[in-house]
Amino acid sequence: MIYPPYFLFTYMKKVQFKSSYSQYLFLAPQLGILLIFLYWPIIQTFRDAFTMQDAFGFGAQFVWFDNFLFIFDDPAYFIAFKFTIIYSFVITLITGSIGLLLAVQANNVMHGKSTYKTLLIWPYAIAPAVVGVMANYFFSERFGLLYHLFHELWGFNWYESVFDSYIYVIIAGSWKQISANFIFFLAGLQAIQKSVIEASMIDCKNSFRRFWTITFPLLMPTTFFLIIINITYAFFDTFGIIDTTTIGAPSGETRTLVYKAYMDGFRGLDLGSAGAQSIMMMLIVLVITIFQFRYIEGKIHYN
Amino acid sequence: MTRFITSSFSHLILFIGILIMVVPVWMIFASSTHTSSMINMNGLQMFLGDSFYENYLRVLLYQGGFFKEITALKMFFNSFIMATGVAILSVVTSLMAAYALVYYRIKHATLLFWIIFITILVPLELRIFPTYSVMAELNLVNSYFGLIVPISASAIATLFFRQFYKTVPDELLESAKLDGANTWRFFVDFLIPLSKTMIVAMLIFMFVFGYNQYLWPLLVTTSEQYWTVVMGLKMMSGSIVHRFAFVMMSMVPPILIIIVLQKHFIKGVFQDK
Repeated sequence: MIYPPYFLFTYMKKVQFKSSYSQYLFLAPQLGILLIFLYWPIIQTFRDAFTMQDAFGFGAQFVWFDNFLFIFDDPAYFIAFKFTIIYSFVITLITGSIGLLLAVQANNVMHGKSTYKTLLIWPYAIAPAVVGVMANYFFSERFGLLYHLFHELWGFNWYESVFDSYIYVIIAGSWKQISANFIFFLAGLQAIQKSVIEASMIDCKNSFRRFWTITFPLLMPTTFFLIIINITYAFFDTFGIIDTTTIGAPSGETRTLVYKAYMDGFRGLDLGSAGAQSIMMMLIVLVITIFQFRYIEGKIHYN
Repeated sequence: MTRFITSSFSHLILFIGILIMVVPVWMIFASSTHTSSMINMNGLQMFLGDSFYENYLRVLLYQGGFFKEITALKMFFNSFIMATGVAILSVVTSLMAAYALVYYRIKHATLLFWIIFITILVPLELRIFPTYSVMAELNLVNSYFGLIVPISASAIATLFFRQFYKTVPDELLESAKLDGANTWRFFVDFLIPLSKTMIVAMLIFMFVFGYNQYLWPLLVTTSEQYWTVVMGLKMMSGSIVHRFAFVMMSMVPPILIIIVLQKHFIKGVFQDK
């Protein structure tokens, strides 16, 4: 299995081809696409972030960090920031624990392992936007089952209550991601050597304790990999979910940073602000990556 | 006996998990086979109705969109073109790039390596407007090319192929060289057949990735002729049962691919032999 840090070291075969040009022919298609459709836009993002369009769209002026100062002054930015952090934390926790629970059970059963795998893997393939549209039907005021169930229980109303709208987008966002967590945890469990498990069975009779002291530490690489996968999912892939469920309701409290940047750029035509927000997000991704390298990778062992 | 109890417990938990996954989808499907007035009066349904053919046929052939220019059938066609294009383009370019990175002595290898792999940290969502303006500048808005290429600008598959090439024994190249294979022959006759599982896994992964795109098609297609299924969901009007039917159909292709090709997908991604 590929773990994030593992791959970030250059690697070359001992026996190699030497050529003056043919390696570049192999590299050219991907490099070309990346340069035109990835690096060029990134450069433009930086240009947008440090300039401001004048009101009539005739030109742009270099304004240093004004766009950044502007978003820091914007309370809506911090609301989106807070929501994104809560959202990624809760989604990671929910999907990780349910995925792990199911994976442990599936690894436990003697018969039907692959049937269970098939019956739990497919939600992974559904687009977040499609999940959102579906969730919509279960949370609609008119005939939504969950809406009415929760309404009976505590007066659920996501149009007005921030807490309730959180519940809505968390359920919608977690549902399909359980699948991904299940698949990776199951693969992680199956990769643990039988001899280790058999030895631990002799030492420790209590299966609950055995899991937390032997199996779970051995799953650490998978767990950290999934934490990154889930955070990335909550940051970026949930755009389609937010856009098809609450659209930020009650009043912007359920907008992720990506969603807010898009709305500011698209609806508000404020490309300077959208660019600055994008760069802030790049910084967040970078910080998470570095954090992972420095603090987490040092503490776990890959077997 | 304890063995029996713990395994029944496992089956129970798994059964509940499957219910959580299956029931919502089943209810939308069951509801999509009823009439709109039935849904409006009684809410979502648990059991099948008898308007299946009527609803699904109407959705497939209905002229939707603001200008009534596109049918769901055309959207499926567009999505299929887009997903296939993304899968093939990204897998072919990634196979080649990974080959150069692993099997060649390259000048500035580290730099090239970082230029390619740092891009994984910058998903399309972070550069969506500039990408759009680049596409506009190149006159690629409202085209299949415009739908496909920016989504294919991804080094994810390169990473997997590189990881796979590492596990290929060095002796393979040595013996190929003794046989007089040049770089192209080695790539085509030895390495590609050997990477078959990985190639299939990446094709599936990128196909689903391309099919499921939502934000990018929304932005880059102003003409209804290029609408895809997943973005069309938000755009389609129509009565409630027709929307149910459209949602159901929209998830069939990726689910089918994942279930049918599940073994290859898992084998490739987890690299177990």
